[in-house]
Amino acid sequence: METVESRGTVTVSVERCKGCELCIPACPPVVLSMSSEVNKLGFRYPELSPGCTGCRACLLVCPDFVFEVFRFDTPVQHEVAS
Amino acid sequence: MTRRLMEGSEAMAEASIAAGCRFFAGYPMTPFTELLESFARRLPEAGGTCINAESELEAVGMAWGAASTGARAATGSTGQGLSLMQESFSEMTRAELPMVIFNMARGQGDYFQSTRGGGHGDYRHIVLAPADTQEAVEHTQLAFDLSDRWRNPVLIYGDYLTAHTSESVEIEPMEFPELPEKDWAVDGTLGGTGRSRTVNPLGVDKQSAGIDPEALWNRLQAKHDAIEREEVRVETGFLEDAEVVVVSFGGVARFVRHVVRSLRQEGHRVGFVRPVTLWPFPYEAVAAAAESASRVAVLEQNAGQMIDDVKIGVLGRAPIVAIGGISTDPSGFGVGDILDPAVIHERIRGVLSDA
Amino acid sequence: MPDSISNTLRTDVPPAEPSKKVGALKPELLLKENHHLCPGCGEPLVVRMMLEALESLAAQQRTIGVLGIGCYTAFGSTLDVDLVQALHGRAPSLATGVKRMRPEAMVFTLQGDGDMVNEGLQEIIHTAARGESVTCILLNNGVFGETGGHMTATTVLGQRTKNSLDGRDAAYHGYPILIGDLLAQLQGTAYAARGSVHSAAGVASTGRMLKRAFESQARGEGFSFVEVLTMCPTGWFIPTAKGPEYLNEVMGEVHVTGELKADGVLTTTEQLRERGAAKD
Ligand SMILES: Cc1ncc(C[n+]2csc(CCOP(=O)(O)OP(=O)(O)O)c2C)c(N)n1
Ligand code: SF4
Ligand code: SF4
Ligand code: SF4
Ligand SMILES: [Mg+2]
Repeated sequence: METVESRGTVTVSVERCKGCELCIPACPPVVLSMSSEVNKLGFRYPELSPGCTGCRACLLVCPDFVFEVFRFDTPVQHEVAS
Repeated sequence: MTRRLMEGSEAMAEASIAAGCRFFAGYPMTPFTELLESFARRLPEAGGTCINAESELEAVGMAWGAASTGARAATGSTGQGLSLMQESFSEMTRAELPMVIFNMARGQGDYFQSTRGGGHGDYRHIVLAPADTQEAVEHTQLAFDLSDRWRNPVLIYGDYLTAHTSESVEIEPMEFPELPEKDWAVDGTLGGTGRSRTVNPLGVDKQSAGIDPEALWNRLQAKHDAIEREEVRVETGFLEDAEVVVVSFGGVARFVRHVVRSLRQEGHRVGFVRPVTLWPFPYEAVAAAAESASRVAVLEQNAGQMIDDVKIGVLGRAPIVAIGGISTDPSGFGVGDILDPAVIHERIRGVLSDA
Repeated sequence: MPDSISNTLRTDVPPAEPSKKVGALKPELLLKENHHLCPGCGEPLVVRMMLEALESLAAQQRTIGVLGIGCYTAFGSTLDVDLVQALHGRAPSLATGVKRMRPEAMVFTLQGDGDMVNEGLQEIIHTAARGESVTCILLNNGVFGETGGHMTATTVLGQRTKNSLDGRDAAYHGYPILIGDLLAQLQGTAYAARGSVHSAAGVASTGRMLKRAFESQARGEGFSFVEVLTMCPTGWFIPTAKGPEYLNEVMGEVHVTGELKADGVLTTTEQLRERGAAKD
């Protein structure tokens, strides 16, 4: 186990995602990855791992207005399997 | 207001301003040019704008933009220039925008262009065809009223003589019934309220967040049917016992009216029908006149265009003869030999002797 | 449990921990976030930045937009600002008529490269030359996206489209137009810039350009213009994930990004390219 800090987080409107994957390389700390499941439209969608900085990059590059971005008042620590 | 000697172009521009027109855009072309000159001179003084557009395509686009804001706007041209504008005319009709179009034609060869149009889709324009300068002044004001009332472009069919003849005219602002508020026009103030507007030819509805072209096209058809019922205008004379009925429009009809009057004085049983609106065309008036006549003569200054509408109106009630034809000056401006009472007199006499 | 699952955080609801929202789903001026543009399309990104720029200038209730005809036309039903829909290519003239009658309004056009640089080239040039106080926004994807990916006047040499299957060949199809340079050099143009939405930084910088253009209009300086390079994976026939790279490397090499005219200083695309090369 190791500890990862998230300074921010996002919400993902999974059902409106069109699976274009533009958000994946746009995320500087690389905490977004595509799901293995698909949504009702049949598209894979992004999932969030610990380490989000709340930088808004995903929101800026998403053509389908899928993200909301939040910054924590105090960073949140996650215990993750290493 | 007193009567003033004015050239038709100037008179139409003055009448437009009297009717509240505050925007004009155009591109020079004979015989329309002087209308643009008059607007360029007069509109700024009246608090309006006249733009020397870089092409007719841009002129009509600018008038479209201005009309979208609710301003009374106009444009115009001649033959070729109006051909360039057709895409916009048909699309503005779908966007249900008022606009006045001054067509100062070279003769009458643009009857089809004005009444059928070269644009796409099921669209119609009210077309007014004044016979003289005073009527052009009245039609100008009427055109602004009708285009607002029906939210549809209205075209005024004039010609070289309408534009260039100087006559004594009176420009008295005309009274019209109250108009509905322009609750569709854009002024920019409704953004962010959820009630912002869109002036569009596609049938876009922001509330339903989609387009419904079929609903729009059906609505337009119903409106055009209503215009056909309500806005037909026609002038007739000496029809009571007429054996020969002469149908003509616009400036040419002014000559015909004069000649028919003198033929009556000579004892001939001749009358006339002058469609004042070319669309909607006065089919019923033509039909009624044909009922008791033995000949319907069509005198138009072209190869035969309005005669198609006359045939629809007459519908076999009487034989139809074309007594007009192509007639122009060496520059092609449509000032031809046919614009001569003696020539017209002889042609109508020809029909009378056959009748 | 495998790592990938155990490490995934909840993203279906806002966080329970105290936090501040720093990015909203959509701009206020968009009635709803749904649209039918393709996956990976660059155009909605510009719509977001444009609306946010208007919001940041508190121009919500004094804006009138004129839309061209292309894929972006679909936003005509969801932009919550007053709109006029133009014919293909004709938006700048409509905007002219609108602005002359509503001088207090912030007037913009939203057009594609097919709309502005093909069908409506004359209109945009004259509108700029007149110094018309409007902001024209070009979504440049190098193709007619809506008709299915056909060559436009901005398609770069070598670019394959549905009607230049072996790539745009100068001898056969002619050269692309650098519309930004053409407009920037006109006296009536106060501001001209070229952005790109191939990256988050590019999107943000595009947003700043749009804001500067609107500010220039508000100051009554003259004509303002922002060109934005946008992805069209559908029209380019490439996977959506490859869009940004293709945009940057194929289109961005020719239509180099940067400000072309600002504060009276003219910078050509060639100069922007040289500066970029010097930085590399
Ligand atoms: C006069 C006219 N010609 C052609 C078309 C067909 N048409 C519709 S959209 C379009 C191309 C749009 O291209 P662009 O402006 O680059 O927008 P995009 O689809 O790439 O976003 C064309 C040619 C039209 N609507 N009107
Ligand atoms: S806000 Fe930034 S760090 Fe967080 S998921 Fe989005 S791109 Fe990644
Ligand atoms: S950028 Fe938006 S639409 Fe594309 S995969 Fe990411 S969340 Fe989905
Ligand atoms: S065709 Fe191209 S421009 Fe049009 S919506 Fe699809 S990706 Fe966007
Ligand atoms: Mg395009």
